[in-house]
Amino acid sequence: MQTEADQHQGQGSGHQEHPIKLYLFVWGLLFVLSTLSYLVDYFQLQGLLRWGLIIAFMLLKAGLIVAVFMHMAWERLALIYAILLPPLALLVLVGLMALEGGHTFLTRTLFFH
Amino acid sequence: MSSTTIDPSSMPRAEAAAAPIVSHAGPDSVAGVRGLIADWSSDRETFKVSWGKAMMWIFLLSDTFIFSCFLTGYMTVRVSTTVPWPNPSEVFALHVGGVEVPLLLIAIMTFVLISSSGTMAMAVNFAYRRDRVNAATLMLVTATCGEIFVGMQAFEWSKLILEEGIRPWGNPMGAAQFGSAFFMITGFHGLHVTCGVIYLFVVAFRLLRGDYEKSGNYQIVEIAGLYWHFVDLVWVFIFALFYLW
Repeated sequence: MQTEADQHQGQGSGHQEHPIKLYLFVWGLLFVLSTLSYLVDYFQLQGLLRWGLIIAFMLLKAGLIVAVFMHMAWERLALIYAILLPPLALLVLVGLMALEGGHTFLTRTLFFH
Repeated sequence: MSSTTIDPSSMPRAEAAAAPIVSHAGPDSVAGVRGLIADWSSDRETFKVSWGKAMMWIFLLSDTFIFSCFLTGYMTVRVSTTVPWPNPSEVFALHVGGVEVPLLLIAIMTFVLISSSGTMAMAVNFAYRRDRVNAATLMLVTATCGEIFVGMQAFEWSKLILEEGIRPWGNPMGAAQFGSAFFMITGFHGLHVTCGVIYLFVVAFRLLRGDYEKSGNYQIVEIAGLYWHFVDLVWVFIFALFYLW
C-alpha cells in the first residue's frame, strides 16, 4: 500500500506525530480562551467591546483547533487551500443575508408598527 | 500493494523511508507556493495524504457549509424581527444556591467538549506510536465526554421545553424565531456529537481487537479525530454566535 510508505516520507505526507507537550499547551490555551469568552457574558460587557471580544476569542479558538488539533499547520498548501478557501464564499452569503435582513426589518417597522 | 512488495511496517523507519516509491519522487520535495502549483499541475494525485483523510476533510468542508447555512439563517431571522430577541444569558441561567448564574450549564458543556478534544488529540498521538491500549482508552474517555455533553444537552432541552415553555413556533420571552433557530442548530450539532460517539466507540473497539496491527496503519484514529475536532469547532461558533451574542 502506497499510503503506508507515504507516512514515512516526512513533512506533510500523512504521518502526524507531534510532542504531547504541544497538545497540552493548546488544550490549556483553549480553556483560558473559553473562560475569557464566558467572562465577557458574566460581566455583561456591552456594545462593540462585547462583539469584538466574542469574535476574537472565537476565531482564536477555531484557529488553534484547526491548526494544531486537526494538524492543518503541517499539511501541504494544496490541501490547506482546498479546505480553507471555499468557506470564504460564505462571507458573501452572510453579507447578502445581512442586507436582506435589514431590509425586511425596515419594511416590517414601516408597515406593521 | 503497488510498486513495492516489501511491507514497510515490518521494517524500521529509516529503511522504510529509503524504500523506492516511484510515483512521488519529484515535486514532493518542493514546498510553499511552487509546491502548490506542482501538486495541482501534474497528472497524478493532488493531495499527498491517504484517500480516507482527504475524503474526511472534504466531508467536513461540506458540513461546514451546512452549519454555516443554519447560522446565517439564524442571523437573518434575528436581524429582521421587530420583537426583542430573548436574552440567552437569562434564558440559559441556572439557579445555584439561590443565585442566578448566567450560562452556567453552557460553560460546563463547553469545557467538557474542549477536554474531549484534548484527549482525542492525545489518542491520535498514542496511536501513531502503536500504543493501542492507551490510544483506545483515551478514545473511550473522549466518547464518554461526548456522551456527557449530549446528556447535558438533553437536560437543557427538557428544561427549556417543560419549564420555560419554549417552542419552535413561539415562546413567552420574545421573538418567536428563537425556538426554531435554537432547536435546529443545537439539535443538528447534538446529532453530530451522537454520531461521533458511536464512531469513536467502533474505532476504539477495532483498535483494541488489533484490527490495525497487521497493516500497522493507525491513521484511522487521526481521521476519526478530525471528525471529533470538527464537532468541537462547530460548538465554538455556536457558543459565540448563539449563546454569547
